[in-house]
Amino acid sequence: MSKSANAGNAAFNFLDDRVGIAKGLKNNLRKVFPEHWSFMLGEVALYSFIILLLSGTFLSLFFVPSQEEIVYQGGYAPLSGLKMSEAYASTINMSFDVRGGLLMRQIHHWAALIFLVAMIVHLMRIFFTGAYRKPREFNWLLGIGLLTLGIIEGFAGYSLPDDLLSGTGLRIAEAIVQAIPLIGTYAAFFLFGGAFPGNIFISRLYTIHVLLIPGIILALITVHLMLVWIQKHTQFPGPGRTEKNVVGFPLMPIYMAKAGGFFFIVFGITAFISAMFSINPIWLYGPYNPSQISAGSQPDFYMGWLDGLVRMTPNLETHAFGHTVSWNILIPALIAPGIFFTGLALFPFIESWVNGDKNEHHLLERPRNAPTRTALGLGGLTFMIVALINGGNDVIATHFGLSINGIMWFSRIAIFVLPVVAFIITKRVCLGLQHKDRDTVLHGRETGRLVMLPHGEYIEVHEQISDEAKWTLTQHKQYQAIEGGSNIDSNGVQRGVSLKERTRRALSRWMYGEQVAKPTPSDLHELEGGHH
Amino acid sequence: MSDHSDHTDHTDHKGELEPLGDPGLPAHVHRRADHDPVAEKRAERQVSGLFILGTLSAIGFIASYVGIKSDQYIFLPLLGTTNAQQLALGMSLALALLFVGFGAVHWAKVLMSGEEHVNLRHEMRSAEDDRKELVEKFSKGAEDSGLGRRSLIKRTLGAALALVTISPLIILRDLGPLPKKELEKTNWRTGSRLITDPGGIPLKASDLEVGGVAHVLPELPDGQNETLNDLVRDPVLVIRLRPEDLHLNAQQTNWTHDGIIAFSKICTHMGCAVGLYEQQTHHLLCPCHQSTFDVTTGASVIFGPAARPLPQLAITVDSEGYLVAQHGFTEAVGPSFWERSS
Repeated sequence: MSKSANAGNAAFNFLDDRVGIAKGLKNNLRKVFPEHWSFMLGEVALYSFIILLLSGTFLSLFFVPSQEEIVYQGGYAPLSGLKMSEAYASTINMSFDVRGGLLMRQIHHWAALIFLVAMIVHLMRIFFTGAYRKPREFNWLLGIGLLTLGIIEGFAGYSLPDDLLSGTGLRIAEAIVQAIPLIGTYAAFFLFGGAFPGNIFISRLYTIHVLLIPGIILALITVHLMLVWIQKHTQFPGPGRTEKNVVGFPLMPIYMAKAGGFFFIVFGITAFISAMFSINPIWLYGPYNPSQISAGSQPDFYMGWLDGLVRMTPNLETHAFGHTVSWNILIPALIAPGIFFTGLALFPFIESWVNGDKNEHHLLERPRNAPTRTALGLGGLTFMIVALINGGNDVIATHFGLSINGIMWFSRIAIFVLPVVAFIITKRVCLGLQHKDRDTVLHGRETGRLVMLPHGEYIEVHEQISDEAKWTLTQHKQYQAIEGGSNIDSNGVQRGVSLKERTRRALSRWMYGEQVAKPTPSDLHELEGGHH
Repeated sequence: MSDHSDHTDHTDHKGELEPLGDPGLPAHVHRRADHDPVAEKRAERQVSGLFILGTLSAIGFIASYVGIKSDQYIFLPLLGTTNAQQLALGMSLALALLFVGFGAVHWAKVLMSGEEHVNLRHEMRSAEDDRKELVEKFSKGAEDSGLGRRSLIKRTLGAALALVTISPLIILRDLGPLPKKELEKTNWRTGSRLITDPGGIPLKASDLEVGGVAHVLPELPDGQNETLNDLVRDPVLVIRLRPEDLHLNAQQTNWTHDGIIAFSKICTHMGCAVGLYEQQTHHLLCPCHQSTFDVTTGASVIFGPAARPLPQLAITVDSEGYLVAQHGFTEAVGPSFWERSS
């Protein structure tokens, strides 16, 4: 036996004697994971979180979370002699006087953006393929919790350097807290240790940013992955892939190498972007001063949609009984996002209530085969995009010479109209694709070859698709809408139907009322009998 | 399907049989490296080559740290002037990571077995026997604890746990002081001079020409400086227009001096500094959310999400000709809050 095999044996014995690893690992080492490019989106999110932990730990060795006012004497000449907080000065120092410090700051900020993008696109993949269906509702909720925490964590992170831009962002966050009826002012004073900005908030935010939220995120990610492990990964439909199996490659060695390698690739790409493209150059913004502002103030993209909603809300405010309610802040900053995220969280439960399907689902759905869901998703996405665009309305106005008032009015109307338009178009496209699938199964693939028949007729030659392809296009289940007439019982007596049941039927018709029936065997037989 | 007890059995929904059965997994297609020793050897060399490049890049990373001066800047087309060391560190780190990553993935793709494996799934729900056993054990445990019978223990324990877990929250009370009237306070008093910021020079009415605008703060007693906390509510914009351009009510007019009008600079929407003044239209615009205020009508809101005009500061001139406040603000400046009465 070779030396390294001996050492491995010894280590294995040591561990197994003490914790019995063989019992647990023997079934898991070769666990099979299915393969698809879209399954890497969640991996990107996980890896960028690890990059954030690594780069963030480095930054925390140099950052001073203090609002103590000092006079800057460091290596960046343009700010020399200026009064600023220690937080800001230490961020400047790590950018100019620590070798690799700027690179680490940029890696940290870019990784945060990639983390949020990856989570959002991962969520879209889960939504559009129905991966959240039973038994994965917990993981859906965990994912939405992670996204929410990620947004808060990102905002907390870029608020720490105490520069003019981030200070302005915090001022706005404080105004949102302050706008909460009844308790808002108290909440704001407790949060900031007095009236904004106080002198303790940066250090509180630091603890929240480096300990509290990352700790919770880490715990939730652990449970998220454990559930993926226990429930086994979903797979796309195809020949040989069923609800009862999982087809793919073993953890060891394939996924150890692929996933491990992919971590390095994600890190490498993040490092490349960070080396090339400057991000959040706080030395250009200057230290925070509540009496100053810079034109074109923009939050990071994951806050941009909120900012866009705030910008477009009309100036509604109620003054009554000696109290003020700021609807112009409450609606866009708390109520609308609250409804959006709650709706997202409840969607799996609403959907399974409507279609009455209590089965486990491990085969993913193709988006076209769930037209109403896909259309809803596109509608929600359109809502977000309109909000995000309006969040940059000032930049758009100055870049393209447009009227800011015009853009604002466009957004105010578009936020309601465009999601509906997107819904309708998407649903039509999905139904069109269902038609195409049906045609392809029944008549074969269009080859583009035109042939003239002896009697002069031109036809396009269609080519039968393989049995595998036919199976992939037809394996899915089609839910049927619940018809309304069933409230007359077998004796012909009209029975009352509860409001809940009527709602369920209405939703069912809305979701499943319009579909292209997938081909049945009789359809195929008819064709075979008739044409050939 | 409307019934709830619908199972994955393909035959139970009317006419919805799949046209064809599942043909099963397609036959595995072997890669070249699986049977061609030359291709296999080449693939092995490629993987090792990538790992070697990764090592070299890591050495490059160390070399950039040690060898490049940290204050050296270079010009790159498109990217502009960049710190040479940060760029070299970043690029070598990126290359090192990418080569190792590509090497590992390439290894998995071309050399490790490409054969698809199949694992069976099992329903998440436990087998009936297991469920029954758990319920039995749970009942036994519950019975042993006697919690069902001993309601006194149950109630006292509930009360104790509730109070023990909630009561420590009381020490969060000192997170901050109570708001009291803090949000309504500024440093503007009767007779406060308007001093320029930056500069700290008292402003005379004659210093402002028609069309002029100044950013001012209240002069504090004993030459104190404004702190950041003061700057959240104190900043004021002073603007001089022709008196006939102002369309104000009697009180608002009273609060101006010869066409000079002063407003809180803090936006009534979310507290940003209202930083943009358009001299031609006399509009003040907040860059955060584009609330627009018309100076000629007392900073009334003409566009955007702000609901209230910028509070006006009553000003006049003292005996030496300096601009001073007639009195403090008569309403809270800045964004709304629950306790605000107007």
